[in-house]
Amino acid sequence: MSTTELAAHEVPKVAIELSVNGKRYRREVEPRELLVQFLREELRLTGTHIGCDTTYCGACTVLLNGEPVKSCTVLAVQADGGEVLTVEGLEQDGQLHPLQAAFSEHHGLQCGYCTPGMLMSAYALLERNPKPSRKEIRKGIQGNVCRCTGYHNIFEAIEAAAAAMRKE
Amino acid sequence: MSWVGKSLRRKEDDRLIRGKGLFTDDEPADLHLYILRSPYAHARIRGIDTSAAEALPGVACVLTGQDVLEHCDPFMELAPGEAAEIKDYPLARDKVVYQGEPVAAVAAETAALAMDAGQLIDVDYEMLEPVLDAAEALKDEVLVHDNIGTNRTWQGVFEYGDVDQAFAEAAHVVRIGPMHFHRYSSTPLENNACIAEWTRQGTVEFLCNNSFPGFAQQLLAPGLRLPVEKVHIRAYDVGGSFGNKIWNYVYMALAALASKKAGGLRVKWSETRSEHLLASGHGNERSYYDTEVALDKDGVITAIKSRHIDDCGAYTRYEPLGCVIWSQVLPATYKLRNIRIDFSQALTNKCPVVPNRGYSRMQQLWFMERVVDICAHELGIPADEMRLRNYIRDFPYETPNGCVYDSGDYPAMLAKAKELIDWDKWVAYRDQARAEGRYVGIGIGTTLDSGTNNFGQAQIMNPQLPFSGNSEACIIRLDFDGNVVVTLGTGPSGQGHETAASQVVADELNIDPAMVQVRTGFDTAWNTYVGHSGTYASQFAVTGLSAVHGACQKLKAEMRKLAAFVLEAAEEDLEFGVGEQGPEVRVKGTDQFMNYWALANLVNNNNAVLDESLADVTLNVRHVYRPPFKVPDVERKFGNLTLTYASQLHIAVVEIDPDTCHAKILAYAAVDDCGTVINPQIAHGQVHGATAHGIGAAIMESFDYDEGGNLLTSTFSDYCPITSMNIPDVVYGNIQNPSPFSYSGAKGMGEGGGAPLHTMSAAVQDALHGAGIIITDSFVSPPALHRMLQAPNREQAVSVD
Repeated sequence: MSTTELAAHEVPKVAIELSVNGKRYRREVEPRELLVQFLREELRLTGTHIGCDTTYCGACTVLLNGEPVKSCTVLAVQADGGEVLTVEGLEQDGQLHPLQAAFSEHHGLQCGYCTPGMLMSAYALLERNPKPSRKEIRKGIQGNVCRCTGYHNIFEAIEAAAAAMRKE
Repeated sequence: MSWVGKSLRRKEDDRLIRGKGLFTDDEPADLHLYILRSPYAHARIRGIDTSAAEALPGVACVLTGQDVLEHCDPFMELAPGEAAEIKDYPLARDKVVYQGEPVAAVAAETAALAMDAGQLIDVDYEMLEPVLDAAEALKDEVLVHDNIGTNRTWQGVFEYGDVDQAFAEAAHVVRIGPMHFHRYSSTPLENNACIAEWTRQGTVEFLCNNSFPGFAQQLLAPGLRLPVEKVHIRAYDVGGSFGNKIWNYVYMALAALASKKAGGLRVKWSETRSEHLLASGHGNERSYYDTEVALDKDGVITAIKSRHIDDCGAYTRYEPLGCVIWSQVLPATYKLRNIRIDFSQALTNKCPVVPNRGYSRMQQLWFMERVVDICAHELGIPADEMRLRNYIRDFPYETPNGCVYDSGDYPAMLAKAKELIDWDKWVAYRDQARAEGRYVGIGIGTTLDSGTNNFGQAQIMNPQLPFSGNSEACIIRLDFDGNVVVTLGTGPSGQGHETAASQVVADELNIDPAMVQVRTGFDTAWNTYVGHSGTYASQFAVTGLSAVHGACQKLKAEMRKLAAFVLEAAEEDLEFGVGEQGPEVRVKGTDQFMNYWALANLVNNNNAVLDESLADVTLNVRHVYRPPFKVPDVERKFGNLTLTYASQLHIAVVEIDPDTCHAKILAYAAVDDCGTVINPQIAHGQVHGATAHGIGAAIMESFDYDEGGNLLTSTFSDYCPITSMNIPDVVYGNIQNPSPFSYSGAKGMGEGGGAPLHTMSAAVQDALHGAGIIITDSFVSPPALHRMLQAPNREQAVSVD
């Protein structure tokens, strides 16, 4: 490292402002800080998990401006001015989201580590496709790895949630 | 009304679906640990310069091999002989022996800063030739650990019956060339993590995701030169383990040392996925040589002899236990009585192995299933018929090495799986496809999940080891407010222990499971645990729940005694149930009752009213369950090594695309028998999970090394864990043959015997046998099948006399 080069930790912080689960936050972040780190470490929203370092596993999936993103591959500064929805924002007024209820009802989780990311991908899927086929469900969560369930009960849960949401 | 046997919705879910679990990495810490790892498989460390890293603002301390030598003792080795002298420390000292081995560690104010600093450490390596193949390693030309003078960690012959006589009388002898069970792991989605704090009181406080903390504590304390009492371990939610998290005590020790050096600040280590794949722990890789099988004229196997070599990677750690654990299922599901297996294990310059779902037994089961299928194909006997001729039928069954298979009905499972998959339809489909020149095959895998270890088998491996039996603990108490609080010795990682334990307690006290509070996770301060405590080796349904059941009996006895005194009734006139004020003990047929608060209050706050005969009543009871094991006969390698044997029967139909060489699964059925089922939904979920691991392992997941010992599959993008796009629709079935050896009839069942690996090998061989191919490797990925189709191996792989 040359002495004139600025080390990463010496780079000035950047101010960002964003909404997470409907609440507005203004913070200063390192330019290299990832959105997932921002959510977990700055805001202490630890429901969003980290399972890999190559954007593969999807445990960190959140919605950014309505689109599912892997928050390990988005810089916090990129979310500036945006709206983020995390697993903590799914429950409304003490009522579980139908997806949360269905995941439990259909045993769509075991250790629960992939669950937040899985729920957010499923949420995004049902937003754009309220009645997905089994094949569309498989595709909808293909970016989310689950090591416990073998996926079967996750498919069942998403189908059940979709049916419940159509009735609402 | 019984709660056991119901698909009760899991209690754990309430926090997990809300993102409110507490996984280790969720907890903040003062400092973050970055580990600098070896880029080489085998190299001498000539020097390490940490000055630039130490000078970086925000760095608290840097650790090297010198620090571990000063502050640590090597971890206990289980091996006998030379391998007992392996020096396993949290950091390499003068030599690195696998790619990814920790060489130095930095604790800094943020994880990013620690990584920045780690990259300023300069290590001077002198590369050495690695040894990567276990059979090569046994030649001792390249030594992994110079000080022990050999790469052999263990060798022993397992011989039962009269093998030579059986071969002399055989109608057929089938000889099978070398076979290989590949390296993979079930890689839980949560990586290893821990937070360590070396306190002013001289204790070390760990928050971690270790899955066998009773064992970890016994390893960590001497390693850190502390009494056991000063090593406190807590674990809450654990994001899957599959055995892999048994071994992470090595990194826990490193984080503790960093905390010590940093003056007692809390140090967090969170492994990355790439680190996990590179250097956390792989499943046991095994090769099988000189296999000979004796059969009678009907295709009944009468004897097997072979030589197996296990590859344990660069450190032994839990090994060489795997050299004996496979013998829990020595003859698999088959009735042969004459067996001679010469078993060795070798160190190589690869990642150390660690117990992985199906640990060591599935390697033996795969071998036996391969033998059965290869013999069936070579003798022209259909695979289903071959199994029916060879299955064990009468239970309890004592195997040639003294293991007792408790119960089962393999022919009924086969019939059920055939029905579920529509066997006749697929046989007709396969035959038609074959006539068209397509590669369609049907495979059967029959496997065992042996649960509740007799730790005495460790003495077969090393007679000096002071381990035997098994146990698990439970504490139940009535809290001040009358709540039923249950503390378990097991820290679960997705298996629903809180729910299952609640079901058992609810039945015993005749209350609703919602009225039972089960403490989450594991905490040495709770004093619930024993040395065997943990979540591993398919045992909670037996050990954990037997402890819960036993504790309930003790609590009920105390509650009866107390209620009888206060209500002036005979104990036999009392019953348990729920009244208007909640759970209560009442006098049958009267309106006399004591609710739980009243009982608890008498003991805890109002005890002067009690008679002296009630002095020992505390309503806070501890029960330790011990299965009825004896120490095995070490000389003969004979004894009952596990208490229960759940069984699995899977059938797969595959079609291999001749262009892509992908084995597409057209249909898949999985039938399991784990005796009495505590919670059907949870058991069903375990079967689906184990099936996904096995299918992933068979067709996608493999740790491949190049000739230099570089891991080629060190990210999820290369290792390719099975996804929603690759998992077939699995049709599930269950039959129940209760175990006569557990109080409830339940058997441990989480590991699932690795059934899909055997099933996929069988199906692929069935598809390709006509093309001259014998499946001799458990990894049947498209590249592997492509190589086979280019060079059919039947001529070399098998011969029949």
